Amino acid sequence: MSATPVSEVDIRLVVNGEAVSSRVPVRLNLVDFLREKLQLTGTHVGCEHGVCGACTVLVDGRLVRACLMLAVQANGTVVETIEGASASGRCADLQRAFHEHNALQCGFCTPAMLLTAADLLEREPCPSRDAIREHLSGNYCRCTGYQSIVDAVDAVACARSDEPGGAPR
Amino acid sequence: MSGTAKDGSASPIGAPIPRANARRLLSGSGQYVDDIVLPRMLHAAVLRSPHAHARIGGLDIAAAAEAPGVVRVLTGRDVAAICDPYAGILQHVPGMQSAPQLPLAVERACWQGEPVVLVVAQTRAQAEDALALIDVAWEPLPALVDEQAAMRAAEPLHPGLASNICFDRTVEDGDVDAAFAGAAQVVEAEFVTGRHTATTLESRGILADYNPADGQLTVWQSTQVPYMMQWILARHFRLPETQVRVIAPDVGGSFGLKIHIYGDEMAAVAASILLGRPVKFIADRLESFVADFHCRGHSVKARMALSAKGEILGVTVDDVYGIGPYSGFPRGSANEGLQVSNLVCAGYRRGTYRARTRAVFQNKAMYGQYRAVGHPVACLVTEGLMDLAAARLSEDPAAFRRRLFLAADRYPVKLAGGPVLEKLSQHACLDELLRLMDYERLRALQCEGRGRGIYRGIGIASFIENSNPSAATYGMGGVSIASQDACTLKLTATGSIVASSSMTECGQGGYAVIQQVTAAVCGLPVERVKVVIGDTDTTPVGGGVWGSRGTGICGEAALQAGKALRANILAFVARLQETEASLYDIRNGNVVMADSGALVMTLEDVARTAYFRTDRVPRDFQPELMVTRSYAQKTYNGAYTNGAQGSWLEVDTDTGFVRLLGHWVVDDCGTVINPLLVDEQIRGGCVQGIGAALFEQVLYDDSGQLINGSLADYLVPMAAGMPDITIGHVVTPTATSELGAKGAGEAGTAGASAAILNAVNDALTPFQVRISEIPITPERILRAIGRVS
Repeated sequence: MSATPVSEVDIRLVVNGEAVSSRVPVRLNLVDFLREKLQLTGTHVGCEHGVCGACTVLVDGRLVRACLMLAVQANGTVVETIEGASASGRCADLQRAFHEHNALQCGFCTPAMLLTAADLLEREPCPSRDAIREHLSGNYCRCTGYQSIVDAVDAVACARSDEPGGAPR
Repeated sequence: MSGTAKDGSASPIGAPIPRANARRLLSGSGQYVDDIVLPRMLHAAVLRSPHAHARIGGLDIAAAAEAPGVVRVLTGRDVAAICDPYAGILQHVPGMQSAPQLPLAVERACWQGEPVVLVVAQTRAQAEDALALIDVAWEPLPALVDEQAAMRAAEPLHPGLASNICFDRTVEDGDVDAAFAGAAQVVEAEFVTGRHTATTLESRGILADYNPADGQLTVWQSTQVPYMMQWILARHFRLPETQVRVIAPDVGGSFGLKIHIYGDEMAAVAASILLGRPVKFIADRLESFVADFHCRGHSVKARMALSAKGEILGVTVDDVYGIGPYSGFPRGSANEGLQVSNLVCAGYRRGTYRARTRAVFQNKAMYGQYRAVGHPVACLVTEGLMDLAAARLSEDPAAFRRRLFLAADRYPVKLAGGPVLEKLSQHACLDELLRLMDYERLRALQCEGRGRGIYRGIGIASFIENSNPSAATYGMGGVSIASQDACTLKLTATGSIVASSSMTECGQGGYAVIQQVTAAVCGLPVERVKVVIGDTDTTPVGGGVWGSRGTGICGEAALQAGKALRANILAFVARLQETEASLYDIRNGNVVMADSGALVMTLEDVARTAYFRTDRVPRDFQPELMVTRSYAQKTYNGAYTNGAQGSWLEVDTDTGFVRLLGHWVVDDCGTVINPLLVDEQIRGGCVQGIGAALFEQVLYDDSGQLINGSLADYLVPMAAGMPDITIGHVVTPTATSELGAKGAGEAGTAGASAAILNAVNDALTPFQVRISEIPITPERILRAIGRVS
């Protein structure tokens, strides 16, 4: 059989609430699709082999390394990047806490760190410091000592639990 | 200078203010080099040598040049035709030698990863596809991998050089041999530090845009040093300096990695010049491991002679380290060795001293300055010897250190080898450290645990840190890197200030430092100070950030500019009011009566009068509401500072794993501008030192192949393994500036590895073994205690 290999495919997906349709090379990573085709440059490329976590986005509500997923695999999915999470205000308290605790220096890991922290607090509203460290351990930060990041996430967990209907601590 | 303003209100100097420029980064709207897209932009990919040492017998690029999307394929000769070679030689380091280097290898590749061919295409993917079509007739040559063997090799790596030794320096102070001959005790060890690399999360990247119409080269680069780059690009591409503009956009971590010249980046600039189009090159992670500068990798034989009374009679140091095939350009690869030979036991009454350091050429990746340059090695050796000596004398290691520190009232102290220690606060730092970590309680816990087969250890490391370097570091060596910095302040029409500074920002808080110092001195809220940095077209000349110089030097320039602008504003108001400037003050953005605080004019009124209502300005008076001031630290080679670290950890003697239970740092960086920034800067530095102590090492096989060049194989510290780190401060402002700030960037890295190593050895005391090599891998621990052979 010598069928011509398919080199490009049409995909449709929802990115940050907007419907997107695009013709993409089959070898294109999701992260390159987001950055280059959609100019969503808040998602960063750190290693391209799934270790550093800088390219983390949400696909159908689940944390995904966008360097390990092809754009064609995102066909039919709902994708959220830091730009979407920022615009919706979904992680505004985390962003504020990161700012106040200086939980970032160069900021290259920060968008993915925020999405990962938000994911933790949605699934586990009152994590221990060790649990926070464990959950963030797929996200490499070279600048901070991680402590300010843990402090910021911890502070948001406390603040959210103090709200009416918040989880008990 | 810190604390409160004249009117009693809190000064922005010393205030934990969140960084204004962090908001963009938090929202994902930062702009790093790879985020920038220009019209007609092309992408570059690099063919690298697969051999540690090989001749290029032939090079066939025809198929690559015809590949889809490819615009140009550049060989070493193509680039050499427009780029002059370079060599990283510091003229003030006697005997230092290195061979000329070009961006792309021409006849011979000297390390695995050396750039050989640059392919420029419409997309990065197309450029990478074309790399596979390039045919190189490699003729492998014997590789000199081990530095000890390279040092002894009969044939130098480069035909023009006399040997494989880049430089060989000995510092000598007193009759060391006699001291050792008369010693009651001698302790010794060979300390080995793994070769590792900066591993910034954002890899290196450059976007060069040469416009042939006006001959203007604009470069966006992930760099710490725009002015250094401007000078080098102009000189080596033979362009007028005024036609080269270098912009540092957001930089995703630097740590000294981004102060060097890299062949792949120079080749991308060459491609833009040759094509007259923008060309972007972004190093991917795999090529970062083989193409980024590496660091450390020292083997240090060290001995300490002790008298019967427990005084240090003498110290000897013999340091050898491999620096790859060329000395790094433009800073040279000497500085780690210089620091090691200057600083071993420098904070102690070390008696006589002899330190030799040799940097050796070999077929490994390029090598140069990385955070804390040489300090962690000097500290590891120093504090390792101190622990050995304390154990030999059966003294408590903390008390032993305190007894032997340089006398607190005898500063300044001039060290053999050159540096002068202005004023250290070692006693105060150690005392505060012991208090913070509750040393006695930890000793009790340790003792209690041992009875239950739990092996916990306490490690202490007192460290010295160079900062605010003078021209002695580079300028005096003939290297054109600014040792001065400047700040221009401009009062805007609405009474705010734009501060344009030669400071750069890599996340450490350079923007905030300039903003807070300016606001404090000029008397207006920090929100009304905008800072412009990182662009040779819009900022004054300066050295940028490296060597813990940003706050101390750029900050002082901002302070002096602030004083000048403030004086000009008050002189102007005094003239308008026909009275004395000394009656006024500026507070919260208003010119007020100094005594009563009564409003005289808002800064907006001042600016509007000067700019729009010149009819109200006396004819013989011209207000100058834009000023520039410069500053260079010229008193000493550097403003040395110090601190102490403590580690508390547990060693699992079944698995060899080390669990970090606590870490403490007391640092003296002089005036603290923003404790929020300083504390996390120190923690981040600590974690890099912990990485070096426990995980990080680039591994080479015997043929010079790097065998762990990915983030999956090269371990870096992640959140889970790291302890909370308690930070304390002792404040000894440097008298070399009015601001009094010294560096904090190296502090964490300088001492952490030594504290960890000493703690591991302390934990293993019952086994009567000592480890003197980092990283302290589980395997090394299990071998040391005889669990594996």
